[in-house]
Amino acid sequence: MTENSPSNYVFPFDSTETPLHERLGGKCTSLAIMTSAGMPVPPGFAVTTDAFDAVMNQTTLRAHIVGVLEGLDMDDIAEVDRRAAHVRELILTQEVPDDVRDATLSAYDDLMSLCGGEVPVAVRSSATAEDLPDASFAGQQDTYLWILGRATVLAKIRECWASLYTARAITYRMANNISDEGLSMAVAVQKMVNSRTSGVAMTIDPTNGDRSKIVVDASWGLGEMVVSGEVTPDNFVIDKVMMSVVNRIISDKHEELVPTDHGTIVRREVEAERRNSPSLSDEELMTVARLSKAAEKHYKCVQDIEWAIDADLPDGANVLLLQSRPETVWSQKAAPKNYVSAGHGIEAITKSMMAQLKRD
Amino acid sequence: MTHDAPRKSFPSPYDLQAPAGAEGWQELYPYNLVFQDNLREKEDQKFWFCDSQHWPNVFKPFEVIGVEFASRCLGAYNTRHYIIPPANGIDYRIHNGYNYFSPVAVDPSLIADRVPHFMERAGHYFQNWESLLANWKTVVLANIAEMDAINFEKLPDMVPLDDVTGGLGMDPSVKMFEDYDRLIQLAYRNWERHFEFLNLGYVAYLDFFGFCKQTFPGIPDLAIAKMVMGVDSVLFRPDDELKNLAALAVKLELTGVFAAHTSADGVLGALAGSAAGDEWIAAWKAAQEPWFNYTSGNGFYGSDVYWCDSLDLPMGYIQDYVVRAARGEQLHRPKDALIVERDRIAGEYAEVLDGEALETFQGKLGLARVVYPYVEDHNFYIEHWTMGVFWRKVRQLSHLLHEEGFWENPDDILYLSRDEVRPVLFDYAGGWAVGVDAIGPSYWPKEIARRTKIVAALEEARPAPAFNEPPAEINEPFTIMLWGITTEQVQQWLGADEGDNPGLLKGMAASGGVVEGLARVITHADQLGQLQQGEILVAPVTAPSWGPVFGKISATVTDIGGMMSHAAIVCREYGLPAVTGTGRASTQIKTGMMLRVDGTQGTVTILD
Repeated sequence: MTENSPSNYVFPFDSTETPLHERLGGKCTSLAIMTSAGMPVPPGFAVTTDAFDAVMNQTTLRAHIVGVLEGLDMDDIAEVDRRAAHVRELILTQEVPDDVRDATLSAYDDLMSLCGGEVPVAVRSSATAEDLPDASFAGQQDTYLWILGRATVLAKIRECWASLYTARAITYRMANNISDEGLSMAVAVQKMVNSRTSGVAMTIDPTNGDRSKIVVDASWGLGEMVVSGEVTPDNFVIDKVMMSVVNRIISDKHEELVPTDHGTIVRREVEAERRNSPSLSDEELMTVARLSKAAEKHYKCVQDIEWAIDADLPDGANVLLLQSRPETVWSQKAAPKNYVSAGHGIEAITKSMMAQLKRD
Repeated sequence: MTHDAPRKSFPSPYDLQAPAGAEGWQELYPYNLVFQDNLREKEDQKFWFCDSQHWPNVFKPFEVIGVEFASRCLGAYNTRHYIIPPANGIDYRIHNGYNYFSPVAVDPSLIADRVPHFMERAGHYFQNWESLLANWKTVVLANIAEMDAINFEKLPDMVPLDDVTGGLGMDPSVKMFEDYDRLIQLAYRNWERHFEFLNLGYVAYLDFFGFCKQTFPGIPDLAIAKMVMGVDSVLFRPDDELKNLAALAVKLELTGVFAAHTSADGVLGALAGSAAGDEWIAAWKAAQEPWFNYTSGNGFYGSDVYWCDSLDLPMGYIQDYVVRAARGEQLHRPKDALIVERDRIAGEYAEVLDGEALETFQGKLGLARVVYPYVEDHNFYIEHWTMGVFWRKVRQLSHLLHEEGFWENPDDILYLSRDEVRPVLFDYAGGWAVGVDAIGPSYWPKEIARRTKIVAALEEARPAPAFNEPPAEINEPFTIMLWGITTEQVQQWLGADEGDNPGLLKGMAASGGVVEGLARVITHADQLGQLQQGEILVAPVTAPSWGPVFGKISATVTDIGGMMSHAAIVCREYGLPAVTGTGRASTQIKTGMMLRVDGTQGTVTILD
């Protein structure tokens, strides 16, 4: 692999190539792994560390930064702040090599065309492990939501790069003797979810602990109203092995929350014809079930999932996994015993036959 | 939800008029099989459903033998052999020419006392299943062989000289009478055997079924069937033999011969003489015994056609297969894929269990898999092979009596009950002995013409689906499994769902998958030739011997039938979607309509 090949500057999350942590950083690697494991996250791409390295190495930027930081006294807080701001300014104003810029914009344009036009994205840093105090620090600090348009996206990518040189990051590396040499940063560009329908799913029937079921709650718009119980969602029980619907209850879903283009949320009444209609098609329901099953298989335990159907994405690519975490209630309990007769000889047969009668 | 709808009831059989021209139909059937006027109060307390799965057509009087033998023997094993605690037999009646069943529960106060007997008797069978089944097969085949040896011949002008000089002291009428009686007895014996294992097979299957329903509430019936199903039932062997013969024809480069002729005789004539042709003919002959003892019907009708009696039928299927094999199509059922899928399903359910639950699941599944092959296989030995030989002998006797002038059409014996035939034989042998004309030829043609009209008039009307008030819940497992008669099904018959969505039919999710295609409605086996590649077969009921068409169609929809119905079993074996027990598909759907069949959810949508 040649490090500077433009094809290495970006990495779509649904790429069939193996995601490498040192190229994609933690966040993007995890998004790519989830996608390939049958858990489609909102679509997007990584601007890889190769892109960052190209900016640093093909220009005078790296030399400049080394110069600015030379002889820095980490205990002089004001000086650290001043020089950190200077380095960040260098990064934000450095002209980016054409091939890096072209590769990034081409990936961005592909994403927009998948979404059927220009839609907002999130831009986040995706650090490679030990370069920063902790992954969550970087991840949370450098998240830019509802970003619209090529120029703004490029600017936010630079801001993520620049976040490697906050005063705190610089002093952290100095204190821990982590060299700036090889320091790099990947950036995630990911579609903002435009929830037509959303909900939760569990890879267990929470009413009886039956692990052969997936239970799905779904309602129009954003998922908050399902979680908070403000709306009675549609409820589906799916057999996890056969992947067929074994029970469905379509509810009156009177209200929905919908996102606007600027990141605000509108609460509105659902019009009459949609209220009592299923909030997702059977195909979409099966996709939710499949991604739930995939998540359980991937994480090797019962999962509690948030998902959404994106109004901007084409059928077949519009069901998205937002979050998956271990289920906690049933996992703490012993497996339920619903059957009346253990064993399999004639005694067991007779016992269950008699129990069947009593129930009837 | 329609739970609050008032309970509706089906009409009483006593209030249903006979179709015009069928008045007096009751006389065609035994007195104990029709609803007697003086028993109205008692009979109206029971819920009766029409078994059009096994008896889709009106009985001719002789054909009553099937429902009598089958129902009596089924009942005896539940009630008298194994003393199954909650279940006696299934009562049976004929109304307007169609068959009706009513399952009989055991008085709750008597159930407990039956338990120890059941455990001792059924327990013995479960413990010795394989060896007892081996004995079963020996006896059943011996009965068939004995039946096959029966030969009805015209009485000779003179008693053979050897019989006279040998001092035999009797004439051939003795053997004719005894052969007729023996034929009936042997059929009866094999119907006894039919249920020796079947009821227990269902008991074990249902035990596993019940465990799955408790442990995985809402588990699709299809999942349970798929975990248990075999992939090598002898029921599929005849069709496999045809496919092998087609493959052999391609291998021997005989494809052209099969394309050039329209009859079995034509093909065989053209094949004879060449080395390759003779090799193929030898294979064709080897396959016939026993595998061509196979009917396109279901064994319950005297007019059922058996392959060995009508070689054009299997040859036609072979010709069709040859064309497809030559195109490189895969003809055989995807056995390996079926096994992989079966093991995946069982494995994934096992995966969510542990400890005692897992052990119980594996144990019950194991027993169900031991007993299940019988549930499929018996059908070949009894319905196909035994009944094929039986009807051939009955027809042979009928043809003889036809030639002796007793009736106008060769197969008219079917318009007599089996007990009316005995006096006919005596009439024939009496006239022969005395040296005068028998009385029958002046009596039966007129009587048969009268009966023929009645049967034809009965055939004009479709049977009512059920009689009297249904139970609030139908939970008798045999009724659900075999006939697909569920609480929902009965509600649908009652029209409770009418108006909801006339383009949507619901039934049993009998074999998974979703397919869209054009409907072809088939109400009789002789229409099977109309089926085009990729069409959806819609039928009141199917028979397993329709096998060759299952390679051609894309899905099956039936009016009647549960998870264990023939259509369900065959479709699972062929990996085709099937929705069974819809109640009304064959009348609601017309040939050429665009359908969406969802065999996983059990729905059929008319897309037009």
